[in-house]
Amino acid sequence: MGEAEASGRSRAERFDRLARWLLPLLVVVAIVFGWHLVVVVNEIPPYILPGPGTVFATLVKDWPILSGALVNTLAITTLALIVATLGGVGLAILFSQSRLVEYSFFPIAVVLQVTPIVAVFPLINIYVDNTTAKLLICAWIVAFFPILSNTTLGLNSADRNLHALFHLYGASRWQTLRHLRLPAAMPYFLGGLRIAGGLSLIGAVVAEFVAGTAGFGSGLAFRIIEAGYRLNTARMFAALILISAAGVAIYLVLSLASHLILRKWHESAIGRER
Amino acid sequence: MAQAAQSIDPAASAEQPSAVVLGGVTKRFSNGTTAIADLDLAVRQGEFLSLLGPSGCGKSTVLRLVAGLIEPSAGTIRRPDEQNADRDIGFVFQEPTLMPWASAFTNVWLPLRLRGVSKRAARDRVMEALDGVGLAAFAGSYPRELSGGMKMRVSIARALVTEPRLLLLDEPFAALDEITRFRLNNDLLELWGRFGFTVVFVTHSVFESVYLSSRIAVMAARPGRIIRTLTVDEPYPRTDAFRTTPHYGELCNETSAALLLAMEEGRPA
Ligand SMILES: Nc1ncnc2c1ncn2[C@@H]1O[C@H](COP(=O)(O)OP(=O)(O)O)[C@@H](O)[C@H]1O
Ligand SMILES: [Mg+2]
Repeated sequence: MGEAEASGRSRAERFDRLARWLLPLLVVVAIVFGWHLVVVVNEIPPYILPGPGTVFATLVKDWPILSGALVNTLAITTLALIVATLGGVGLAILFSQSRLVEYSFFPIAVVLQVTPIVAVFPLINIYVDNTTAKLLICAWIVAFFPILSNTTLGLNSADRNLHALFHLYGASRWQTLRHLRLPAAMPYFLGGLRIAGGLSLIGAVVAEFVAGTAGFGSGLAFRIIEAGYRLNTARMFAALILISAAGVAIYLVLSLASHLILRKWHESAIGRER
Repeated sequence: MAQAAQSIDPAASAEQPSAVVLGGVTKRFSNGTTAIADLDLAVRQGEFLSLLGPSGCGKSTVLRLVAGLIEPSAGTIRRPDEQNADRDIGFVFQEPTLMPWASAFTNVWLPLRLRGVSKRAARDRVMEALDGVGLAAFAGSYPRELSGGMKMRVSIARALVTEPRLLLLDEPFAALDEITRFRLNNDLLELWGRFGFTVVFVTHSVFESVYLSSRIAVMAARPGRIIRTLTVDEPYPRTDAFRTTPHYGELCNETSAALLLAMEEGRPA
């Protein structure tokens, strides 16, 4: 292989890496600038469409209110994700111990998953008093299923010959679970977790919209509704941006965790050969 | 490498007591396939026995029956000497079958770990087993960092870490290139000579079976059965020089003829 070819390839690689950051950034800048132009040229009043500058100023000015709401939303999301993880993994382990248990309960999990949460929420609203509990149940129902189905698949994906080996050495059920099935399920579980992270946020926000909670403990969704009543459109945008940012942050954190856990052995985390 | 190998006179081993005795063993799978029918086989203690046959003739099934991974439909499988038979077997599959999430050390530790031996207590034995296959320096490596031959060595170390009396290998080197296969053949013979366990080795290679074995059982298919056993009357230790001797050629010819016959007989009518 010639030196010119090698250096050509490394230049192409460097360009590729740069383009991955630069291109989306340019697109975002273009959109923001276009938005600004539309607002300025058409002289649109801020209660209909605030310009990006106004939104940013509102974000800074309202930070005490918005940051509190962000913390509340994130708290519900995190709690829901933890409960969804415990519930999803717990159920998957239960299912993996007996086909009959899986046959009995998996369809119910599917029903929970496919019924739109917005339609179920008014019922939850009747039976549960505590607001935090309401939101949590709602977010949990939305988030646990990908963890359950992925982990179930993963627990059954261990190599048949490894199973034979465990049998040969007289491994107990617990040992097989601990040393074979759970590690084999890890990549599947982490994939489910990444989806569930986004869904927890959606669940938390949707629940809050429907619940219409006010005062102490209210999150970003409530702030959006409230700002809507007051025609404070700039704050609506600011809260929306914070929700998106929270979703992206959750995804990045979970992706990073997944990468760190799998980097030693799983193909998905190893990347291309150099 | 082979300096410590024992010298076995294959003719004398006929008087050895049996390590495993299969009597009239039949295995029918639930889908109706009769994998082996009325098979008799006595594996002598300390011998290197190869099961040679075309693919689908039931070699793996015999091995899995001996290991106790599946139960025979009829007949008996006895291990005269062992009280704790299933705990005294090492098994090597065609694929290395390592846990990808665990280092070579942890993979070799597995059989001991499942018996409740702590990492600290197992360390010396695990390192000894890895050293035995020449991989002590790779204890911390993950399977994906190892070549195919190295992975197979780890698999062999794992099978030997419990110091089994019986080692079962199911076409362990079939997926490797020839140079690696020859080297692993020699290493296996060396380990066998050093520890004196009994080997049942499944292969479909005539050359490999002649090079390694003290005895070869040739199998035919449909239904799986043993049609002939050959004794390889070449003393151990054997080295690569054996591969070039006229005697090796004769033995291979004889074995090939038996295998051809087996394939004729196993051809569907
Ligand atoms: N679990 C199984 N269920 C049904 N049939 C099987 C099973 N395992 C093996 N067989 C059949 O038994 C026969 C012997 O298989 P096997 O022992 O794997 O042969 P070999 O190892 O010599 O290639 C084949 O016809 C195969 O299809
Ligand atoms: Mg086979």
